[in-house]
Amino acid sequence: MNKSTLINVLAEKADLSKRNAEQFVNLMIDAMIGAMIQEDRIEIRGFGSFVIRHYGSYEGRNPKTGQKIRIGEKRLPFFKAGKDLLTRINN
Amino acid sequence: MSVTKVELAELVYEHMKVDKRRAAELVDMFFEELKAGLVKDGEIQISGFGKFVIKQKKERKGRNPQTNQPLTISKRKVATFHHSQVLKERLNNKK
Repeated sequence: MNKSTLINVLAEKADLSKRNAEQFVNLMIDAMIGAMIQEDRIEIRGFGSFVIRHYGSYEGRNPKTGQKIRIGEKRLPFFKAGKDLLTRINN
Repeated sequence: MSVTKVELAELVYEHMKVDKRRAAELVDMFFEELKAGLVKDGEIQISGFGKFVIKQKKERKGRNPQTNQPLTISKRKVATFHHSQVLKERLNNKK
């Protein structure tokens, strides 16, 4: 599944126009990205949660050339699947 | 602060011409269809955001960290998320 199939499924099941379904999906995704930028935790019961993790800088290597490079610090989202999602993928 | 379905529904109510009940219903459906898609296809790719993937984990030996008792962790499936390059840049460029 990708974004456009999700839009189509929601348009049909929620009885939205394609345009409204697209606006809605973009609104959800932008809201989640906005929360991540502010480092707010996102917690959706049954689906899962996202938290931002901070990673320090470290000395890495270019795997092709072997050359040493400095990897700067970064922050990335970490997803933890919720109970209902785990149950459903395992049953 | 934590973002939940309540905050997302509030946003839908503000931005789309729907009442609060409908907004909450749409947010529920969004995550319901994400779950259904993931269960059905094993993968969901959302451009500009990331990819959810179901992975099969093998059975392995572990132990209870409290009692030190050895035990077998059964084979199971897990759901993982991989951020997209665009999301990584959006989270890091502004700093």
